Amino acid sequence: MEHIVIIGNGVSGVTTARHIRKLSDKKITIISAETDYFFSRTALMYVYMGHMKFEHTQPYESWFWKKNKIDLKKGFVNIIDAKSKTLLFNSGETMGYDKLVIATGSKPNKFGWPGQDLNGVMGMYHKQDLESLEKYAPNNKVCKRAVIVGGGLIGIELAEMLHSRHIPVTFLVRESSFWNGVLPEGESAMINREILENGIDLRLGVNLKEIKADEKGQAKSIVIAETGEEIACDVVGLTAGVSPNIDFIKESNMRNDANFSIQTGRGVKVNRFLETSVPDVYAIGDCAEQHEGIGSRRPIEAVWYTGRMMGETLAQTICGNRIEYKPRHWFNSAKFIDIEYQTYGWVWAQPKENEARFYWEHESGKKCIHLNYDKDTRAFIGINTFGIRMRHEFFDKVLTEKQTVEYVLEHLADANFDPEFYKLHEKEIVAQFNKENNTNIQLKKKSWKRIFA
Amino acid sequence: MKFKQMKILKHIGLAIFIIGLSIFTGSLFTGNFSLSQSQLDEYITSKGYKSEIIATELKKAVVTEESLNIFQFSSRVRDAFQNSNNHYDALIAKYDTEKNWDKKGEQYQYKIYGKPHTLSYDLAKKAGSGFVKENAGLLWWLTFGLGIIGALLFILPNLILLGAPGIKNNGVFLEASTNRGWIAWLVLVYLVLFYLLLYFMPDYVVNWTFILDPISEFLNGGAASQWFVYGFLYCVIMIVMAVRMYIKYRHNKYQVIRTTSVLFFQIVFAFLIPEIMTSLNMPGYDFKNAFPLDYDFFFEWNLDSLRNSGAIGLFILVWGIVLTLVIVPLMVYFFGKRWYCSWVCGCGGLAETLGDPYRQLSDKRLNAWKLERWVIHSVLVFSLVMTLVTLYCYFSGAEAFLGIKSQWIKDTYSFLIGAWFAGVIGTGFYPIFGNRVWCRFGCPLAAYLGLVQRFKSRFRITTNGGQCISCGNCSTYCEQGIDVRAYAQKGENIVRASCVGCGICSAVCPRGVLKLENGPEKGRINPTDILLGNDVDLMDLVNKK
Repeated sequence: MEHIVIIGNGVSGVTTARHIRKLSDKKITIISAETDYFFSRTALMYVYMGHMKFEHTQPYESWFWKKNKIDLKKGFVNIIDAKSKTLLFNSGETMGYDKLVIATGSKPNKFGWPGQDLNGVMGMYHKQDLESLEKYAPNNKVCKRAVIVGGGLIGIELAEMLHSRHIPVTFLVRESSFWNGVLPEGESAMINREILENGIDLRLGVNLKEIKADEKGQAKSIVIAETGEEIACDVVGLTAGVSPNIDFIKESNMRNDANFSIQTGRGVKVNRFLETSVPDVYAIGDCAEQHEGIGSRRPIEAVWYTGRMMGETLAQTICGNRIEYKPRHWFNSAKFIDIEYQTYGWVWAQPKENEARFYWEHESGKKCIHLNYDKDTRAFIGINTFGIRMRHEFFDKVLTEKQTVEYVLEHLADANFDPEFYKLHEKEIVAQFNKENNTNIQLKKKSWKRIFA
Repeated sequence: MKFKQMKILKHIGLAIFIIGLSIFTGSLFTGNFSLSQSQLDEYITSKGYKSEIIATELKKAVVTEESLNIFQFSSRVRDAFQNSNNHYDALIAKYDTEKNWDKKGEQYQYKIYGKPHTLSYDLAKKAGSGFVKENAGLLWWLTFGLGIIGALLFILPNLILLGAPGIKNNGVFLEASTNRGWIAWLVLVYLVLFYLLLYFMPDYVVNWTFILDPISEFLNGGAASQWFVYGFLYCVIMIVMAVRMYIKYRHNKYQVIRTTSVLFFQIVFAFLIPEIMTSLNMPGYDFKNAFPLDYDFFFEWNLDSLRNSGAIGLFILVWGIVLTLVIVPLMVYFFGKRWYCSWVCGCGGLAETLGDPYRQLSDKRLNAWKLERWVIHSVLVFSLVMTLVTLYCYFSGAEAFLGIKSQWIKDTYSFLIGAWFAGVIGTGFYPIFGNRVWCRFGCPLAAYLGLVQRFKSRFRITTNGGQCISCGNCSTYCEQGIDVRAYAQKGENIVRASCVGCGICSAVCPRGVLKLENGPEKGRINPTDILLGNDVDLMDLVNKK
C-alpha cells in the first residue's frame, strides 16, 4: 500500500489527507511538531480572548483520525532524504514514504532587530505563541503595555486580543496608513479609525529600531527608529508578515545530492500541479511558491482558503487524476476588530490604468463598499465590502459571466448576505453611483429565484 | 475613568442583587403558621373530609399558640394526614383479615388522597401570618424590587464596558460563571433546589406567594399560587435578561426583534391572558402553548373543563388541535421551527434570555447528537402514547388501554418529563450543560417541529460559498449543540432538525459565512466536497459524481 506522508497538520495538509481518504485507501500519515490534532490557526486569537477554548478550534473530534485511518505522528522532521524517500526526525527516528506532501506553513518574519529573540517577544502564529502570550500577558497587571510591530492582519488581531484583556497596546505600523499596500485609502482610513476608537495607540509610518532587555533577559522597552522614542513594555508582538517555514528543506538540500535537491525560492518551488522539482514530493499551502503567480495572484499565497484549495486539488493528483491547481476568482475575508471585511475579485490599493472605482461609505464610518470595474468595457473587476456581508456565489457568478458594474449595482439586493432585518443601504449606494456617473441604474428587488438559480 | 465608574456601578448592582436574592430566599424561613379552631373547621368542611381522625390530628398539629415556621408546620400537617390515613389503613387491614368486606369498603371514603406537600400547602396558605404576609408590598420591593434594580445596575454598565456594538464574548471561557466554574455550580444548586421546592414541596415556598398575593388579586381576583409566583418570576427574569440581550446584540437587529418577540409572547400570551381569563371565570389558557409541549391538553380534567366552559372552551379545544395539526407545521414549512422555538415559546424565551450566558456549554460531540435523537424522539413517542391512552380511556370509560393504565402513564409523564426533565434538569442545569437541554433532548413539540423542518421546510442556514475558516465560533455558541462548522467548512447549508434558528451562529461568525434564510426547497441540502472558489472542473467532477 502506498504511503502518503504529509508534513504539517494545518488546513492544507489535513484537507489533502481527507480527500485522499475519500478517493483511496492509501496509508496516510500526518506529521506535526506543533499540536496533536488539527486546529484552526485563524481561531487562536479567540482562545486568548476567552471566546473559545483551544479544543473548540479543532474541527474534528479525536476519533475522526482513527476512523478515517489517518495516522498522526507528533514529531519534527529535520531532514528529507529524497533519494531514499526517508524522513529523519530530530528524535533520531526515521520514516519512509512513497509520496511526500510538504505543508509546513509559515513562520513569523523577523528582520534582524536587536532583541528580537528576547523573552516576551513573540509572533502570533503557532500554538506555542499563544502559550507564550498567556504567560507574558495574562492580564494588565503582569503586562502593563504591549507593543506590536507590523501592521497586517495578524498585527491587528493581536492588538484586538490584548485589548480584550485591557492591556494597553502601542501598534507600530511601517506604512503611512494601516495595510495600505492592500487596502485603498478609504478602507485603510476606516480601519485606522477603528483601531484608534478602541483606544489602541496607533503609530503610523514608524519602524522598530531595537528591543531592549531587562537584567533577566526579558523585553522591557522598544525604541522607534524614526523618533528615537523609547516605549516601556512587557510584551513585544512581531507581526511583520510571515514567510514559508522551510528551513529544514534548505538544510536537507545541503545533504542531498543535486538530483534530489528540492528547489526553493522564498518557498518550496512548485509547478501548477503543485509538484516540486523532485518526483513524488509536493508542496502546498503557505510554504509553496508558484514559479509565476497564477493570474493576478502572488506566487506565495498565505491564505486559509488557498491552502485548502491546494489540498483539494493535490489529493486528486496523488490519487491518479493529475490536475492543475486552478483557483477560480480571488476572494478573501477578515475582521478588523468590529468591522467585517470581505473581498471578491480584485480591488487594488491603487487603481490600474484601465480601472475605474466607486466608493461608498456609510455615515457611521463603519461600513463601506468599493467597486472596481473596467473603464471601457464596464466589466466588474472586484469589490471590497466592509461592515456589509455579501454572497460569495453572487460575485463568483458575476465574475465568471463577466457582468458589468451596472449589473452588479442593479442586483445588489441579491448580493446582500447580512442577517435578516438588517438595514439595507443598496438604494443609497445606487443613488450615489447614479449621481457620480450620470447613470440611471434601477435597483432590482431581491429575487430568490436568481439567488438560488 | 468612565470605565472604572461603570465597573463600580456593576459591583454595586451585584451587591444589591445578592441582597435582594438573600431576602427572597430568607423570606421562606419567616412567618408563623397556625390556625384557629374555627378556621380549621371551616377548612375541613370545605374539603369535605369525612375522616374524624383528621380533625383531631390537625387540631393537635396546627391549632396552637406555638410559633411554627413553615417547615415545622408542614411536617406536622403531613404527619396529621399520614396518621389519619394510617388509622384507616389499619382498619382496612383489620377488616380484611376479619373478612368483613362491608366494613372494609366503608373505610376508603375516609382516606385522604393527594400529595402531602400540596395538602400542606393549601393549609399553609390559610395558616400563614407574619411580617412577609402583612407587608407584601414592602417585601416585593425588598425581593423583586432589589433583584430587578440590582440586576439592571449589573447589566446596564455593559453599554460602556463591552465597548462598541459588536460581538463581545471576551472572557466567556475565562469566567467561573460561564465556564462551569464554582459560580456556575452554585447557580445550578440554587436553580435545582428552586425547582424541587416549586414542583414537589410547594408549601415550603408559601411565603413567596404571600408577597405576590396583591398582584395576583389585582390580575385574577384570587390569591397567588406557587404557579403564579413562577409565572411572575419567569416574566421578570425574562424582562431583565432581555435588557442584557438588547445591549449585547444591539448591533444585530435579528436578535433585537427576536428577543422582543419572545418577551411579548411570554408576558401577554403565557402570563397576562390566562390570568385575565381566570378572572373572567374562563379556563386560563396559553394560546401559544401547543400540544405536545402542552402535554396535559388532552387530559380528562382539561377536556372536562373546556367542555364546561361554553363557547370559549370549545374554541380553545378547536384552536389547540388546529394549532398543533395545521398552524405549527405550516409555519415550520415557511419559516423553520424558529418561529416557535426562538420567537414564541416560553421555554425558548427563558433559554434565550436567562440562558444566553450559558449557550456555549452545550455538548457538540457526535455522540451527544446520537443521544439527542434517541431521547427526544422517545419523549415524543411517550407523549403520544400517553395521549392515546388518555383519550381512549376518556371516551370509553376504561381505566387502561393496551395494558397501560391511564392514570399511571399520566402521572409518570408529568413527573419524569413535565417536572424533572423540563424543569429541574431543563432549567436547573443551564449553568453546566447549556441553556437548551430541554429543547434539545426533551421537548416533544421540538421533536415534531424538527421532523417537519428536516424533511419539509424552506428554512436553512446558508453557508456563504467558500468563506469559512473553520474557526469554530458558530459551533461553540450553538445552544443546540449543532456542529455548525462541520457544515460551513464544507460549504454546505445547515439543515438540521434541532436548529431553533436563534441566529447566534450567524452573529458570531467573524467572516460573514452564515445566514438564516427561507427559500426554495430545491438545493436546500447541498453536500459539497470541493468548495466554491476552486477550479470549476474539479468542483463539477467531485461534487456531481
